[in-house]
Amino acid sequence: MAHAASEVTTLPRLLQQNVRERGVRPAIREKDRGIWQTHTWREYHDHVRVFSLGLAALGFRRGEKLSVIGDNRPRLYWAQLAAQALGGIAVPVYQDSIARELQYVWSHAEASIIVAEDQEQVDKIISLRDRLPGLRHVIYDDARGLVKYRFDWLKSFEEVEELGRKHEAQHPGAFEAEVEQGQPDDVAMICYTSGTTGNPKGAMLTHANVVATARTFMAAEDVRATDEWLCYLPMAWVGDSLYSLVLSLAAGFCCNCPESPETVQRDLRELGPTTVLAPPRIWENMLTSVQVRAGDATPLKRWVFARFRRTAEEAEILRSDGKPVPFGLRLMCALGEFFVYGPVRDQLGLRRARWAYTGGAPLGPDTFRFFRSIGVNLKQVYGSTESSALISIQPDAEANPTSAGRPCPGIEVKIADRGEVLIRSRGIFKGYYKAEEATREVVDDEGWFHTGDAGFLDPRGHLVIIDRAKDVGAMVDGTPFAPQFIENKLKFSPYIREAVAFGNEQPLVAAMIAIDLNTVGNWAERRGIPYTSYMDLSQKPEVRELIREEIAKVNATLPDSTRIRRFLLLTKDLEADDAEMTRTRKVRRRFVAEKYASVIDAFYSGGEEVELSTLITYEDGRQATIQSRVRIADVEAGALSHA
Amino acid sequence: MSAQLQITEVSKSFGGVQAVGRVSLEVRRGEILSVIGPNGAGKTTLLNMISGFYHPDSGRITLDATDVTQSAPSRVAEMGVARTFQNIALFKGMTVLDNLMLGRHVHMRAGVLSSFIYWGFAQKEEVVHRRRVEDIIDFLKIQDLRRRPTGSLAYGLQKRVELGRALALDPKILLLDEPMGGCNHEEKEDMARFVLDVNQEWGTTIILIEHDMGVVMDISDRVAVLDMGQKIAEGTPDEVRADTRVIKAYLGEVKAGRH
Repeated sequence: MAHAASEVTTLPRLLQQNVRERGVRPAIREKDRGIWQTHTWREYHDHVRVFSLGLAALGFRRGEKLSVIGDNRPRLYWAQLAAQALGGIAVPVYQDSIARELQYVWSHAEASIIVAEDQEQVDKIISLRDRLPGLRHVIYDDARGLVKYRFDWLKSFEEVEELGRKHEAQHPGAFEAEVEQGQPDDVAMICYTSGTTGNPKGAMLTHANVVATARTFMAAEDVRATDEWLCYLPMAWVGDSLYSLVLSLAAGFCCNCPESPETVQRDLRELGPTTVLAPPRIWENMLTSVQVRAGDATPLKRWVFARFRRTAEEAEILRSDGKPVPFGLRLMCALGEFFVYGPVRDQLGLRRARWAYTGGAPLGPDTFRFFRSIGVNLKQVYGSTESSALISIQPDAEANPTSAGRPCPGIEVKIADRGEVLIRSRGIFKGYYKAEEATREVVDDEGWFHTGDAGFLDPRGHLVIIDRAKDVGAMVDGTPFAPQFIENKLKFSPYIREAVAFGNEQPLVAAMIAIDLNTVGNWAERRGIPYTSYMDLSQKPEVRELIREEIAKVNATLPDSTRIRRFLLLTKDLEADDAEMTRTRKVRRRFVAEKYASVIDAFYSGGEEVELSTLITYEDGRQATIQSRVRIADVEAGALSHA
Repeated sequence: MSAQLQITEVSKSFGGVQAVGRVSLEVRRGEILSVIGPNGAGKTTLLNMISGFYHPDSGRITLDATDVTQSAPSRVAEMGVARTFQNIALFKGMTVLDNLMLGRHVHMRAGVLSSFIYWGFAQKEEVVHRRRVEDIIDFLKIQDLRRRPTGSLAYGLQKRVELGRALALDPKILLLDEPMGGCNHEEKEDMARFVLDVNQEWGTTIILIEHDMGVVMDISDRVAVLDMGQKIAEGTPDEVRADTRVIKAYLGEVKAGRH
C-alpha cells in the first residue's frame, strides 16, 4: 500500500485518489439488458461530480441528508458519494420497508432529497409526501412508468446531472472546492438499525470511522485492487455500505450490481467474484440447491457425489482438529477436486472466491463443514452497525463454526460483567442521531461500546458469542438460560425456519416453532401427505412428530435442565411485516412474548390447546386476523411433572 | 383523436348461431378500449375478426384507412396489430428468449441462405432484434426467466411472456384477450400496471377483453359492452356503469350471484 494505513481521509477524496491511480480500471459494473456494462473509475467520478453539482444547484447544503432507496444500482451509490462530496450525509434505507417504517426514518433523519430506484419506490414516497415536510426533491433512476408523473419536485437522475453540468459551467472547480472542505470527522452516513425493541435508531458513522474500518479490514485480509465483488446485499445494511462503497474506494476494487434480485444466483456464477459475503440463510439455500440437484442426477453421478462428499468431510474434520490427513485420503481429495468439488464450486459461482464470509447469525456446523470441505474458504465474521460492521474475522487456518473470529488488529475487546462484549476502536460510531440518551447507554466515558452481546474469549483468543446479553436470564432453579443459543440449535434443522424459546424465570424450557414451508412441504409430498397451506401443513400430526424428533436431537446436545420440554407449531412464519422480527430477521423477543402471551400461559399451565388469534400484515400494509386452535405437544410424555 | 381502427357493421355466424351481429366500433389512436360482456357475447370473435383469424360475413374493418376486412392474419400482423390469446399460445418447449425473438419475426429480413451462413447480415440483424427483445425483457421484469422453457413457468408468468411476445412485434394496436384470466390478485395488479405502462410509454392503442370489472373500470379510457353478439353500450367507464341496459344484461347477472 502506497499510503500509510493511518492516513485519515474522506470517501470523496478516496474517489479522487482512485481516479489518479487507476482511472481507466473498472470501478463498477451493472448488468443491463443481459450484458455487464462497465464504468471506469474516471466515469464513476464524473457521474459523482456532475450529480453532486446538480444537487448543489437544487440547493443541497452541507449537513443535509440524502436518502437512497432501491436495489443495488450504481446510481444509488453515486448519489450517496455525491451527497458526501458536498458535506451531506447519506441515509440508505431498506427497499422492502413498508410506508409506516419509511415515514419514521425519513422524518427522523429529516431527509431533504430522496433518490429512488423506480416507480415502485416513487409511489411509496408520493403516498408519504404530505407527512414529510422536510423533503424537497425526489430523484429517480429508472424512468419506466414515470413519464406521466408531473411534479415539480420529481426529477430524473439525468435531469439532475444536466443541472450539474450547467452549474459546473458557471462555477468551475466548485466540486473540488467542496471536497476540499470535507473533514474526516464529518458524518458520512446514518445507518438505521432495525432494533429489536422500539423504533429504529440512526447510527452516525463518520468518514474517519468507516475509512479506519476499511483499513483495518485490509490489514487483516489480503484485499486486492483486482478483486471483484457482487453488490446484492441490502444497501441499507451497514455491511453493504462498508464493502460496496468504503472498501471498494479504499482498495480500488470493482463492484458489480446484479440485474435484478431474482438473477443474483446466475449473476454470481457468471461473475465468479473473488470474495463473497452472505448471511447463513443464503449458504443454507445454496447447500439445499446442491443437494436437490445431486438428488436428481443419474445413479452413477449421485454415487460419485456422495462418495467424494464423504471423503471431503472426513479430511475436513481431520484438518479442523489439527490432525494430519493420511496420504490415501489426500489422493482421494485430489480426485474429488477434479470430479466434484471444482465443478460444484463453479456452479455456485465460488470458483474464484479466495474467501467467503458468513455473518449476522450463526451458521449450522453441517453447512459450514460442507462448504469448507469442498474447498470454499468459508469463515465467520462479526460486527455491528455501531462498530462500522467489523469487529472480528476468522483467520484462514482457524475457521470453525463456533467462534466469531479473532478481533481485528487495532480493535480492543473486553468482556464486562454478565459476559457483555465491549469494543473500543476507531470504527466505533459517533452516536445515534438525535438520541444522546441512547448513545450514552451504549458508549461509556472511556469510549467502550457495549455491543449488547454476551460472549467470551476462548483460549485461542477467538471471540465466542452466546446470545444478546439482555436476553440471558435464569430459570427458576437458577440455571442460566440463553434463548438464542437454543433457538440457533433448533434452526440448524432444515425443517425449522424460526424458533422462539421461553424459559426465563420458568421451571422448564418451551419453544414456539415455525416450520420451513419448502423442506417440510417437500417432506410431506414425498410421504404422500396432502396439505393446502402453511397453516394446514403446520398442524399435521405427522409434521408434529417430525419436529418432535428434531427437537429430541437438539435436546441430546443440551444440558438436562435446559432441554426443550414442550413445543407448539406456529400457523404462520414470523414476519418482519408483522413486527415480530427485524428486517435483518432477528426475533423481537418482547413483542413476541406479548403477542403470544396466551401461548406462554398454556405452556406453563399444562394446556393441551391454545386459541391463536394472529394479526397478519400483507406487503401492501393491509391487515387481517386469522383464528385457529393450535395443539401444544410435549417432547417426551409428562413434561410438566418431570419439571 | 382520429379513428385508427374502424369497424363498421360486422357480422359473423357459425352455422346457425350468430356470434356477432352488425357491430360497429371506432378505436381511437392511443386509447385503452375494453370490450366486456357475458360469456358467449362475441368478444373473442370480434377480436379474431380484427386480427384476421376470421373474416366477417358482412361489414368492413379498416385500419388506418386501409381495408383489412379480408386480409390474412399475417398481413394484419405486418400492419402492426399484435395479440395475446385467452389460453396462452406460446411454444412451451422453447425458452422465453426464443419465444420473444420469434415475436420479432415479422421484422426480420434475412432469408434462408443468409441465415444459414449467419455471419454478416443475419448476425447484424439478430443483434438489432435482440436489443429490442432485451428492452421488453427489462420492461416486463423477466430477466431471471430468459433461459427458462416457457412451459415450466407459472401461469401468471406465462401470461406475462405472452404479452412480451406480442410487444416484440412493436405493435401499433395490441389486442389482449383476457390477460388477467386465471391470475391471482398480485399478478392482476402487475399485469394492469404493464398494460398502462405500454399504453403510456409507447402510445400503443390497446383493445382489452377482460372479466375483472375492477381492472376494466380502473384502466380503460372507454368501454364497449357486447351482449348476445350485439353492442348494447359504449362510453367512459362511468357512463357504462350507469347504463341500465348494461346493468340488466351484464352486471345484473353478477348481482344475481354468478361469481
